[in-house]
Amino acid sequence: MLSWLAFLVVAAVLLTGAIKAVTSADLVHTVLWLAFVLVGTAVAYVVLQADFLAAVQVLLYTGGVITLMLFAVMLTRRRGEAGVPSPSRGPWRGLSAGLAVLLLVATAVIRTVPLAGWGSAKPVGGRSAELGARFLGELALPFEVLSLLLLAAMIGAIVLARREGGRRPAPLRRQAALPIPEPAPAPDEAAHGRSK
Amino acid sequence: MNEILAQGPGPGAWMLLAALLFAIGVYGVLTRRNLVAILVSVELMANAVNLNLVTLSRTHGSLTGQSFALFTIALTVAEVVVGLALVILVHRTHRDIDADAPSRLRG
Repeated sequence: MLSWLAFLVVAAVLLTGAIKAVTSADLVHTVLWLAFVLVGTAVAYVVLQADFLAAVQVLLYTGGVITLMLFAVMLTRRRGEAGVPSPSRGPWRGLSAGLAVLLLVATAVIRTVPLAGWGSAKPVGGRSAELGARFLGELALPFEVLSLLLLAAMIGAIVLARREGGRRPAPLRRQAALPIPEPAPAPDEAAHGRSK
Repeated sequence: MNEILAQGPGPGAWMLLAALLFAIGVYGVLTRRNLVAILVSVELMANAVNLNLVTLSRTHGSLTGQSFALFTIALTVAEVVVGLALVILVHRTHRDIDADAPSRLRG
């Protein structure tokens, strides 16, 4: 009975946060609602006896990802703009695809898994040490490959976001933003090309 | 009915919740136009998948699901890092982070 109450509270938090995140027009609000959902998921992990994962979730997602996303939102907002309005397309495409996915997964879940009760499953809580042993034992190779991937992602992000040759970006030109003007050949270079 | 109440929520309930979250993420990816908002929706979907993995770990009383969820969390973080770098790049070249802005290569 009490566990149903906990489940319903977590579910309400997660669903409100998710719906708000995909519908609110202000980008900063969107990211903050995502943070709400991620913390709610950490609570869900605690309820599901995954204590270590809950800690990782709070540290990595709410600590790292949300900060990064807020940075990106602030960096890409136009000067003097208070909120960051973000228009959305008509809802029909999203509604139909979302409902189709929901129906597919929900029928599969209802037909295969019991809705209530965990049966005779032994509890998984309080076994973080075993999780660590697993990562340094049978999962050691994927663990190391993962660190390599993180390194590659970090280098990739730096290469992508860095300004080439330390040049300052072109001055902000509202009108010329779309489409980008063709790069005209430098005048003296063109003249040299002719004469040679 | 009383039996369901007495037993508490099981794998089915949690997985239905995860399915709902995933569907909301799909809705977001298809309706939002801002690149950061699309990334947020992708995060929602990845989060739903992690919730499923943890639920199954609890169902089977085994830690495999949790290890898998840890891997996917790290992968998602890497994906977000590269995605946001791309967003900043698009903003620098197009002065806009609308998903339709970088359409110069369209035939």
